[in-house]
Amino acid sequence: MDPQAETPVLAVVGVAKSFGPVQVLHQIGLRLEAGQVHAIIGENGAGKSTLMKILSGYHHPTEGQVVLDGQPITLSGGPDGEARGIVLIHQEFNLAEHLTVEENIFLGRELTRGPFLDKARMRRMTREWLDALECRVPATARVADLSVSDKQMVEIAKATSRRLRVLIMDEPTAVLTPTEAAALFRLIDRLKAQGVAIAYISHKLDEVKAVADRVTVLRDGRLVASRAAAELSQDDMAHLMVGRELADLYPAKAPPSAEAEVVLEVAGLGVPGLVEGVSFALRRGEILGFAGLIGAGRTELVEGLVGLRPKTGRVRRRGREVALRDARDAVAERIVYLTEDRKGKGLLLDMQMAPNVTLLALDRLCPGPFLDARAETKALDRAVATFDVRAGRRDLAVRALSGGNQQKLMLAKVMEIDPEIVIFDEPTRGIDIGTKQQIYHFIAEAAAQGRACIVISSELPEVIGLCHRVAVMRAGRLAGILEGGDVNEGEIVRYATGLKTSEMKGAA
Amino acid sequence: MTAVPQPKPARLPFRLDLRLAAPLIALVALFILGALVNSAFLSTGNLTNVLTRSAFIAIIAVGATFVITAGGLDLSVGAMAAFVSGVMIIAMNWLMREFGAGWGTVVLGMLVGIVVGAAAGLVNGLVITRGRIEAFIVTLGTMGIYRSLVTYLADGGTLSLNTQLRAVYRPVYYEGMLGIPWPLWVLAVVGAVGAMLLYFTRFGRYCFAIGSNEDVARYSAINIDRIKTLTYVLQGVCVAIACLIYVPRLGSASATTGLLWELEAITAVIIGGTALKGGYGRIGGSIIGAVTLALIGNIMNLSNMVSEYLNGAVQGLIIVAAVLLQRSIAARK
Repeated sequence: MDPQAETPVLAVVGVAKSFGPVQVLHQIGLRLEAGQVHAIIGENGAGKSTLMKILSGYHHPTEGQVVLDGQPITLSGGPDGEARGIVLIHQEFNLAEHLTVEENIFLGRELTRGPFLDKARMRRMTREWLDALECRVPATARVADLSVSDKQMVEIAKATSRRLRVLIMDEPTAVLTPTEAAALFRLIDRLKAQGVAIAYISHKLDEVKAVADRVTVLRDGRLVASRAAAELSQDDMAHLMVGRELADLYPAKAPPSAEAEVVLEVAGLGVPGLVEGVSFALRRGEILGFAGLIGAGRTELVEGLVGLRPKTGRVRRRGREVALRDARDAVAERIVYLTEDRKGKGLLLDMQMAPNVTLLALDRLCPGPFLDARAETKALDRAVATFDVRAGRRDLAVRALSGGNQQKLMLAKVMEIDPEIVIFDEPTRGIDIGTKQQIYHFIAEAAAQGRACIVISSELPEVIGLCHRVAVMRAGRLAGILEGGDVNEGEIVRYATGLKTSEMKGAA
Repeated sequence: MTAVPQPKPARLPFRLDLRLAAPLIALVALFILGALVNSAFLSTGNLTNVLTRSAFIAIIAVGATFVITAGGLDLSVGAMAAFVSGVMIIAMNWLMREFGAGWGTVVLGMLVGIVVGAAAGLVNGLVITRGRIEAFIVTLGTMGIYRSLVTYLADGGTLSLNTQLRAVYRPVYYEGMLGIPWPLWVLAVVGAVGAMLLYFTRFGRYCFAIGSNEDVARYSAINIDRIKTLTYVLQGVCVAIACLIYVPRLGSASATTGLLWELEAITAVIIGGTALKGGYGRIGGSIIGAVTLALIGNIMNLSNMVSEYLNGAVQGLIIVAAVLLQRSIAARK
């Protein structure tokens, strides 16, 4: 079959995208054809979401063109795309929580009779669209009261209620139960029959294999393969997604000996509704990685562990059971957590560097009731010297620092309490490669000093390059812990996407 | 002055912080305006009188600075002032039977006032932090409660201090030291202690941190509930201190005591440059704000341009204008 034979509904030609100096997409060409499902797969950070946003008009390509029905177009934003029948269903919902299902579906284009809303007709139409999805939610239910999967269904119903030509779905089944996913697949079949072109992003390779007509693989912002789905096995896809050598970016690994003291034991840890039955042990000097898809519950797990969320299960510190009800308890046990949300939860952006560096350790640095300006200045000196924080002036608000310097400042902040266990959550997100390398070396050095480290990362090379063991999470559970030769991308992807699970079922 | 065109605007030798300077500039402008309106404005008698009367609000505003800096709000301060004054008067009248009409009774009564103020603040703080309820709602509720308690205690009328006690207590408002009335000394001490607490202690730093971003504070192992509760206790103590110098002025308390003081105190804090959304607070600014409000009222009385009955309207306008000004300064940064 010659793919050039027909004009695609929507296509991109030679598209590149840069954010500042960072190029996230290189020369991408992609065709979405009527009545076809085109799956786009790749690791986190491969550029899938950026590409979807270009297709739907939320981003403009730096180079290249978006072509609709053979005509180059420039979309002025998401609403413009929607007006032309291109609908993107986000990973985050775009629904007004306090309105009802029907009010959401008709938001901004309500049907009226004279000056009044035609509620009966809107309700009837909403019902029809929901029925098509086999979704039993009442049209009059408030969106805030719906489950996550029902919200997703409402999003999809909203998309299908429009004159739909191209439907772009970003991990639509991540929050759906298998039954709901099956209903979605039946809907996809109906939409295909109606000639809608569908772009489908998923990490679940079994799903891709089942639903896609064509598969495109992105890696590091480049298109590495685009083939008919029938030609690819799931293992081929995993291999294409990974297929990369580890650069010399990481410090040499020095795993702790088997006799190293176990400083932390977690047994059957759960966070209600998000994480269930996770058990692992951590040794002095060890770097334990946590890999998994976004939403697999890694952040929730460690936030529960350090007391920032309610948890169930047991935590033993050096063999002694500890409660860890809040961050103070964790600090008292010399456990610190570096949040992934450094702007929202890590740093006081409007304050200067010194108060940020000392905030966690203020009662150690200033044991009396009064602040000790000299001790705080010294702490900042230490931060600058040890972690190479670079700022023009010391009295700058932290907001003005680059992401890398903010991250280093946050590192300095938690190291001020001289922790024995350090949990890093996405320690290099949004940071340039040079600073990344510095941070890898800080982490390795912390481990060499005898601290136990946990590193959560969505970048697989990072987890593999840095960590001695890697725990893989999937859907709120520990899918497996990999050691030695098993720590490679193929294995991690197989566990993270559910191709493989370890026989730990009985442990919970 | 000649402006030399430069590729980049030269930085001033010192940075003029508008948030710090604006309240002072406004105060100076008011003095000039007052002097122009009526020559009696600048007389020592008038100014002393105005400043002394502003001391109540200024002291309450010092407490409110902590609450607002830590991201909270206390609408109950006016009602609380009436309640504390009422309880203090009852306590003093009762204690007089035991200890006679002397300073012993007055000092014990003052202690009762401080304890009641602290307790009233503690109630606010605990309900807000333990109950996880918006400060606005909680203090709106306690505002009604404290105010109605006074009405109940006064049986709908007025609580009056025994005349003998009044004679003993009176100098606390009407006399002073070195020509400066006692209320201003009290204000100076409260202001100095407040500034020390806010700028030079861990507690003050935590107030800034919590008001700036409560999540960051929580992730930084700060005991948020305790710090927030403390700010409300501090507010209660400040209200009680204000009552200590208010009661000798009139020697009575009723349901209308301290009416709209919450509006004046919050206005003073905002005029003073403290951010209403929290994270940034100025004790000195709040005091300047309270003085500014008092001067505006005084100038309106002394001039015939605007009816003094519109004083509340002017204060209302000022708080809205101050927030607008704050935002435009913040936007320029």
